[in-house]
Amino acid sequence: MATEDILAPLASTPPQETFVLNLGPQHPATHGVLRVKMTMDGEYIVRAEPVCGYIHRMQEKMGENRSYAQFLPNTSRIDYLSALTYTHAFVGAVERAARIQVPPRAEYIRVVASELNRISSHLVWWGAFLLDLGGFTPLLYAFDDREKILDLLEGITGARLTYSYFRIGGLYNDVDDEFIKGTRAFVAHMRPRLKMYKDLVTDNVILRKRLIEIGPISQELCRLYGATGPVIRGSGVPYDVRKVEPYSAYPEFDFEIPTLPEGDSMARYLVRMAEMVQSLRIIEQALDKLPAGPVMAEKVPRVLKLPAGDFCYAVEAARGRFMVRIVSDNKEIPYRVKLRTPCLSNLSLFEEASRGMLLPDALALMGSLDLVIPDIDR
Amino acid sequence: MNAEPNSAGAPPATKPAATLPAPAPAPAPLPNPLAHLPLPFQAVDYFLKGYHLDASVTPDQVVSAAELLGKEGFALDTITGVDWMALGQMELVYDYFHPQRFLRVVIRARIPRDNPEIPTISKVFPGANWHERETHDFFGICFLGHPNLMPFLLPEDATYHPLRKDFTA
Repeated sequence: MATEDILAPLASTPPQETFVLNLGPQHPATHGVLRVKMTMDGEYIVRAEPVCGYIHRMQEKMGENRSYAQFLPNTSRIDYLSALTYTHAFVGAVERAARIQVPPRAEYIRVVASELNRISSHLVWWGAFLLDLGGFTPLLYAFDDREKILDLLEGITGARLTYSYFRIGGLYNDVDDEFIKGTRAFVAHMRPRLKMYKDLVTDNVILRKRLIEIGPISQELCRLYGATGPVIRGSGVPYDVRKVEPYSAYPEFDFEIPTLPEGDSMARYLVRMAEMVQSLRIIEQALDKLPAGPVMAEKVPRVLKLPAGDFCYAVEAARGRFMVRIVSDNKEIPYRVKLRTPCLSNLSLFEEASRGMLLPDALALMGSLDLVIPDIDR
Repeated sequence: MNAEPNSAGAPPATKPAATLPAPAPAPAPLPNPLAHLPLPFQAVDYFLKGYHLDASVTPDQVVSAAELLGKEGFALDTITGVDWMALGQMELVYDYFHPQRFLRVVIRARIPRDNPEIPTISKVFPGANWHERETHDFFGICFLGHPNLMPFLLPEDATYHPLRKDFTA
């Protein structure tokens, strides 16, 4: 018998033995309590099924039990890394329903604070992502820079992580000269730092080999799963709520939407790095043009009753599109609060995108999605 | 918890409002850009509601509505329910956004509260899978034809549906 004949049946029937690998719910690479049930064929993933709900808190039921103002602190505890943008969506929905006109100064400060928050959120992602890939040092640099943002935000909001700074109709308080000076100094400090991050990390050949052409996500996959944020922009779609559905004071600033067509993990990485530069640009412009005036709308009623109907407000959070839908029946307490979070949609494509990947590559893909688990579980 | 602390006379230091906010221009609802679709769209003022088009369809139309919107390039934003207990109805709300256009579409369907069943759209939008599982968790709405209607956020042995208005912990 010829050698080919002996080998032929082996080649056409690969071994059918698979095993289940349980990743999480406590695993460093999942950044929180996410569990992934992986069916493995050796090192290759046959099926990866995320199991969610380990820190589910039923935020939406809490929303039906308290007034609009009382629910406000909850919104900063969904995605705790970009709390301000989430608060923005909630107060925006209430203001839209109650037809409250927010003073321009308040909107500008909201933009400055949100963009600072976006940079701090991207810095945490950057450090933690590189930690997943095996590089420890960048985390320390990232947290050093993030600390400066937290100090700035603490000065105006009084909190370091879960801010309730945006209030229905405006802001909790005005910014002082110290904040403006400090923010300008931070912008000047951050630009050379980002250059250094590029030289030290982004251009590193090991990092590039771990990310380029790893975990490709197509435009169509993003659309079918509703993925947004850096995920869809890394697949070549310039979808950013700040541009596509303009809100707050964003139309008044000149900034770009970084978009890359490759769709791999490197594209998502580069999009976030470029977004930080754009955020610095927005902050600088907003401080230059900061209008004078009050930071709270006049005549915001103490007991707020929204007209009957449903009202949506979407923002571009650090991880993508976050939308609040309030259904009101003309009472002080919402009838229904729906929180549409970006991480849930972004993670839902993981099962399809990770099929056939090597396990370490799949972890690079998962890290490039930038998951915050309380944002999925709510 | 108090949302309106500084509402009166709060802004320190800064000069009195030199530029008082001009009332936002409220443009009239645009003509329906999806008029060629056989769906009962109503144009809505985006600046008042946060979406452009609103259509109430029958429960068996949600799948064809999803197909039509999918062909137009829409992406699924989210799916949720609203429990209208007094009316004995459950409302399904399907939110869509367009990745390239400033266009938000809402599709609604109402189903009886005592027998909440509606076809799944997860065959059109695979991303609907998780949203429907979540809606099943919270409202007990059964999505017919769903591949895996297991608890998503609630514990795997949960027998309750917390967003039903008659649910008490």
